[in-house]
Amino acid sequence: MTGTSEPILRLKNVRKAFGNLAAVDDINLSIGEGEFFTIVGPSGSGKTTLIRMLAGMERPTSGDILLRDKRINDTPANERPTCMVFQSLALFPHRTVGQNIEFALKIRNVDPATRAKRARELMQQLHLPADYYSKNVTLCSGGERQRVALARALAFDPQILFFDEPLSAIDYKLRKTLEKELKDIHRETGKTFVYITHSLEEAMVMSDRIGVMRRGKLIQVGSPNEIYSTPRSRFVSEFMGDVNVIPVESNGAGSVRSQTLGASFKVPPAAIESKAQCLVVRPEFLRFLNSPSDAQNSLKGVLYNEYALGSRIQYQVRVGEKVFLVEKLRQQPFKGKLDDEVLIGWDPENSILVADE
Amino acid sequence: MIEKTSVLAQPGRRAALPIMVLLALGFVAPLLAVVGFSFMPARTFGLWHEPTLENYETIFSDNTYVSLFWSLGLASATVVLLALICYPVAYGLVRVFGRWSTVLTLLFTIPLVVSENIRLYGWVLFFIKGGVLPGTLRTLFGVEMGDFLFTPAAVLFGMVYVYLPFMLFPMTLGIAMVPNQMREAARDLGATRWQVFREVELPLSTPGLMIGSLLTFVLAVGAIAEAKVLGGQRIIPITHDIEIAFTYAQNWPLGAALAVLLMLVVSVLVLIVLRRFDLDQILGKR
Repeated sequence: MTGTSEPILRLKNVRKAFGNLAAVDDINLSIGEGEFFTIVGPSGSGKTTLIRMLAGMERPTSGDILLRDKRINDTPANERPTCMVFQSLALFPHRTVGQNIEFALKIRNVDPATRAKRARELMQQLHLPADYYSKNVTLCSGGERQRVALARALAFDPQILFFDEPLSAIDYKLRKTLEKELKDIHRETGKTFVYITHSLEEAMVMSDRIGVMRRGKLIQVGSPNEIYSTPRSRFVSEFMGDVNVIPVESNGAGSVRSQTLGASFKVPPAAIESKAQCLVVRPEFLRFLNSPSDAQNSLKGVLYNEYALGSRIQYQVRVGEKVFLVEKLRQQPFKGKLDDEVLIGWDPENSILVADE
Repeated sequence: MIEKTSVLAQPGRRAALPIMVLLALGFVAPLLAVVGFSFMPARTFGLWHEPTLENYETIFSDNTYVSLFWSLGLASATVVLLALICYPVAYGLVRVFGRWSTVLTLLFTIPLVVSENIRLYGWVLFFIKGGVLPGTLRTLFGVEMGDFLFTPAAVLFGMVYVYLPFMLFPMTLGIAMVPNQMREAARDLGATRWQVFREVELPLSTPGLMIGSLLTFVLAVGAIAEAKVLGGQRIIPITHDIEIAFTYAQNWPLGAALAVLLMLVVSVLVLIVLRRFDLDQILGKR
């Protein structure tokens, strides 16, 4: 599923100001029916404010939020066919698992038998043991509480589910499991999911499309693959994890020059723009060379250190003051010794020129 | 001897010993003395007479128990009124008033610095015939105010006034303990403001209400000054009876029996309430 389907949610010039500070600044975005859309950004980027506006807990200062072409700016949260899973989960501690899940149905005056049936269905779908129905919710483990929160949000069959970093406080292994489960649930229900996280890794696993936020602005929107392979700015490329970033300036056709390294590099021809730029090379695309002719761009440096990253090994190579990271598969380690002089290089098609911002 | 040193071998026990001794002498001993006196013959002043139940008989054959009912009734009414008055105020302090909360909290706290009796006499000046309120009403509007001072209502007013902070502050804490996201989640799940209040805020803030109620009830049952000052001794609460028995009537055993009875009734009520409402469960700590 991608953003090509009918848009369910559209944002037009949405802005939210707190005093003089624009927490969310002029956002335009269209989220497709049934899409898993993730908004990624560091803390303070405005992503939580944005999702709170979408859920109806904040009102935009200006701009429009449209749900199936109907303006919902002023519709309060309880009247929107959407539901949010909070970072704290906000489960009701004075209620059992069953009562938590049935809350939205009770509010809507659904009769107790139908309510219980729906709750038990959801518990089964979310792998919660049936006898948890009357268990005090505070006695559940972290993962179980996640599932209860999700079941509670799904119970009244909302059209869109919002997630405000619900997995951020969960340990790594369980988080990985829950990420996959969430994607499965997305597939089974076919609902639109809008997810917020500060972890691009998490976003990559689950999303159909990702929007990267910075200082209240949406700076790039695309599929996980697009965000990964063609970031448009230094910020987005660095947000993806370890990358080698070299500030460069244009040097004529198909070539850029780095002042600090005192070297020129060949780049993909179409990429050059006039404004300040950076050359980005991912560590896995950097190679150790035997001679400078083995790659179109090469640099001489010193092997400073190496780090085992599970399936890969990362090498730190220093070229003058500048640190480069080179990654190799664990099965094919580099045979050099620390403090050896080494030659590293890459081919132009494996590098990207991005805006220096 | 060996036993004794081993009991005191733990540093915690050794450190707690002075407090234990102090509490035993200052709290348990007088209590035991009162209990002991309640079984002594009337108008005696020693603890070594033949034990008797005559004091308790006197309480129920006389109409002394009426003052017990006054005390319990007034205390219950005080708690109910305070709950009704304080919940909205506490709610406002936590959720609505914002920066003004601090100022209001101070205004609620400052009167506690002034002695209760002085504050009550202030109210006497306020309500007395030709006093601040009736005088103003008569001069400005020509309205004659009926008698309020020296009525049971005035006593109740005084108790509500005096014990208000003891209900308000636990309640404020109780309401502040309900996380904001909990309320937002309920609303997001479709609850109206009223439903959020009924389903989430009220049940989750009950611990504050419970603690406030227990505190004010126990204090109000022991109240004496309100009835004396604002009630003009029209009502005799049990505390007043106890005082009279110990002082003017010089009947310590009767006073002791009344005190024991009051303690029993209050402890039973408190235990019942604590059992009915498991605070830990409400707070989700089990």
